Amino acid sequence: MINMRRNGISWVIGGPQGSGVDTAASIFAKACALGNLHIFGKREYHSNIKGEHSYFTILVSSNHVRAHVDTIDVLAVFDTETLFRHAPYVSSDGMIVYDESILGHSIDSIPTIDSTSRSRSIELLEHHALGRDTDDMLKAVAMKGVKTYSIPCNNILEDITKKRNEPSLSKLTRLVNMIIVTASVALLDYNYDMLVNAIRYTFRARKSLADMNIEAATYTYNYTKARYDVDEIPLRLHAREYEDNTLLIQGNQSIALGKITAGCRYQSYYPITPASDESEFLEANEVIDESNAILVVQTEDEIAAITSAIGAALAGSRASTSTSGPGFSLMAEALGWAGINEVPVVVTLYQRAGPSTGLPTRHEQGDLLFAVHAGHGEFPRIVIASGDVEEAFYDTIRAFNYAERYQLPVIHIVDKALANSIVTCSMFDTSKVSIDRGRLVDHIDGAYKRFDLRDTISPRIRLGTSDVVFWNTGDEHDELGHITEDPELRISMMDKRMKKLELILDDLSDEEKAIMYDYGSDATIVTWGSCKGAVLDAIDMLREDGIRLNCLYIKLLHPFPSQLVANMLRSTRMLIDVEMNHTAQLSALLRNSIQKDADYHIVKYNGRPISSSEVYNTLKGIMEGKIKDRRVVLRHGV
Amino acid sequence: MASSMRLSDYKTDVHNDWCPGCGDFAILNAVQLALAELRIERHRAVVFSGIGCSGKTPHYINVYGIHTLHGRVLPFAIGAKLANPQLEVIAVGGDGDGYGIGAGHFVNAGRRNIDITYIVFNNGVYGLTKGQASPTLKLGLKTKSLPKPNINQGINPIMIALAAGYTFIARAYSYDVKYTKDIILKAIKHRGLALVDVLQPCPTYNDIYTREWFAGMDRVDEKGKSIPRIYKLEDQGYDPVVHSNDEDETQAKMMQTIAKSNEWADRIPIGVFYQNEHIPTYDDRISNRIPNYRTNPPALQEIERDGKASADISRLLNEMRSSYV
Repeated sequence: MINMRRNGISWVIGGPQGSGVDTAASIFAKACALGNLHIFGKREYHSNIKGEHSYFTILVSSNHVRAHVDTIDVLAVFDTETLFRHAPYVSSDGMIVYDESILGHSIDSIPTIDSTSRSRSIELLEHHALGRDTDDMLKAVAMKGVKTYSIPCNNILEDITKKRNEPSLSKLTRLVNMIIVTASVALLDYNYDMLVNAIRYTFRARKSLADMNIEAATYTYNYTKARYDVDEIPLRLHAREYEDNTLLIQGNQSIALGKITAGCRYQSYYPITPASDESEFLEANEVIDESNAILVVQTEDEIAAITSAIGAALAGSRASTSTSGPGFSLMAEALGWAGINEVPVVVTLYQRAGPSTGLPTRHEQGDLLFAVHAGHGEFPRIVIASGDVEEAFYDTIRAFNYAERYQLPVIHIVDKALANSIVTCSMFDTSKVSIDRGRLVDHIDGAYKRFDLRDTISPRIRLGTSDVVFWNTGDEHDELGHITEDPELRISMMDKRMKKLELILDDLSDEEKAIMYDYGSDATIVTWGSCKGAVLDAIDMLREDGIRLNCLYIKLLHPFPSQLVANMLRSTRMLIDVEMNHTAQLSALLRNSIQKDADYHIVKYNGRPISSSEVYNTLKGIMEGKIKDRRVVLRHGV
Repeated sequence: MASSMRLSDYKTDVHNDWCPGCGDFAILNAVQLALAELRIERHRAVVFSGIGCSGKTPHYINVYGIHTLHGRVLPFAIGAKLANPQLEVIAVGGDGDGYGIGAGHFVNAGRRNIDITYIVFNNGVYGLTKGQASPTLKLGLKTKSLPKPNINQGINPIMIALAAGYTFIARAYSYDVKYTKDIILKAIKHRGLALVDVLQPCPTYNDIYTREWFAGMDRVDEKGKSIPRIYKLEDQGYDPVVHSNDEDETQAKMMQTIAKSNEWADRIPIGVFYQNEHIPTYDDRISNRIPNYRTNPPALQEIERDGKASADISRLLNEMRSSYV
């Protein structure tokens, strides 16, 4: 195992769904952010309301971090399943902080653990000739150096109950999370004030809860410091000098803020993981300021979601819908309608693992080629993808500008990993943002032809604009928008629409299309979407080992920037594709557009986001000639 | 513009390719007559349509016309109305379009009571694809291009609309243009979601529900005069309106709607079955949450000034600062 310590501390908390794992992790993340530390947080959960295992990984560092790592430095445990699932990944100088009530439970008593995790744990236990209890697992990891710290959560709760004169202990059971988080914070010797403020922030709407949690935290912090000698622990987390230029934000929030800024005023959606969070955030913040409000409509299905967004766009609103693969599949027909009628509409596509329902709460980048091709017949569209939370904000605004400038549907691809990441990033700079409504006009002099063949992009008016009218149809149309089957007119209209693709490639700047992270190597990794963070972090780690690699990160997937990409790859001798699907879909685009295939394909499709550790290990293996296979399947995942 | 509106102003010169004798012509005329009578300015009205023969309707009307996808006319129309509630929105479509492929939208539109008018051209068949059975064709009927008698039951759109929450439910008969126009007029004036189901013979594919059948020419009274099947609800003293916002009255009006909607074959009622303006419209509901929604709706908001975003997100960003407590 590689020592990831140089990259920061990898902190993990797990527990049954519905037990407050997310809240506990959010408090830890906020405490780190308050101390001006960088974090990258990743949320994993089952398609289940209560009981199945969920966990949160937070990589915290004094450097900018862009992805999670596989090893765990601090494992916070308040249920048996978390111990068995994650203990095998705790690094030799890491630690486990656990509620002592997990002791004495067998792995065989956990109905929810999957067979992969179960076998992994049993193998480790048998290797050390140990039994199958939690105590055995703690012994097994202690043998490789992991320090384990027991916290008597029940005793602490009882003490607090007495102190508060609270008759019901059960009311306080959710405090177990808080106790374990606090113990881990104390053992890392992290600042108590940061933790208290993080609790205050998290429960800012419910003061009594905040007070109760702060009381538990204070008690536990002091208890832990008194009972254990933190100096024996090599891991340290210290707050840094205060700087006020970062955000602590999730991917879905960043996109929502992008939509508000872009002027999106109609958002439709049908509930689907992992896309709904964004719409719910927008609805909660529907009244933006005195003159701006966004209308969020929960429709009866995804077909109504996209068609009503198209209706709103025809009326003149910037409009969008957010969905995931299954919903996007239902939208395919309407995309073509927007294409033939040149309607600006934005679809935010949060990919998750397919096909069909697939792994509904898990990550994948399996919809790239579908986004590029969705819909029957041929029509222009733009497909862009974002690679991190900060970029997603600016890309969202670009998506709306593209949609109106070129009068077409824009598909903005993100994914579950990005949506559910919580990160620290630079404050969004809205002064850098511009709004371009293209050829939207308020009035027309004289006769109006919506699809005037004199221009590729014709003037567009809102429904309701005085003195003129226009027609739209899903049939092929004439310049006015009426149905036609005239063969020559058909050619003219197809050409008018498809010419937009050339226009887009001519217009957009290089950095809107693709970015080359050039470290002077003749080997280049090509990737897209949320693999970006893991790849860039791995490249930095490899550079420290003396291995240099470039990264070509592609943002505009359609129309594909063939010329630019070919130029950027001119001096590349070895090309390595990294992406999260089975068939290496980006490679298919590369083969098709620049007639070049990657020499290696590093792919992952087990539903768990790619980590910088995995990319690092694999690239190192390839560069050192130890990996001969041209296709490497990454498998890490809990 | 409004004061000088004439019927001809609402007509386009697009060639109409419906079959001779099609009931669609009469509905088209009724819509144009209603627009002219209400003096609705051409640019204020938008006619949305689905797919099929009826889907071509907007191309023949000289107002904004949006010919959408099969079954999707309602969500397209609703999106536009929500983005700009000042628009006068009329949706039209066939019975296959609205009650078949678009049935989910038909039902769910009722939950929202959006102030638009939905006119269904109901002829019992899928005309443009050459006469397959539509959702309203009764069980066991065999229209002329069906290989076998209809194996499905026909639905009762009036009852579905009532159950779904439509606040204006009416039926018209297309060969009575003036009456159809009157019903459409009432539907447009109604505050809330209005359904006008128009019985409309398809002379090419529905050889059962023909003009002659509706006129009862297959049966005669003692004087040898045919006994029409169609009759008008108001001629029987039927009052569709829920006058007070009263639970008992609403119940009673719903029950009589159900009873009347079940009449078919021998006597077929047309007219307004149900009208209730006591249910808040969707824009009432939105206005409770977004106070200036009606005057500053999504489509008309000034989202940029000199190319810069007009929305101020500093409050939201501030709460997301790493340092914010």
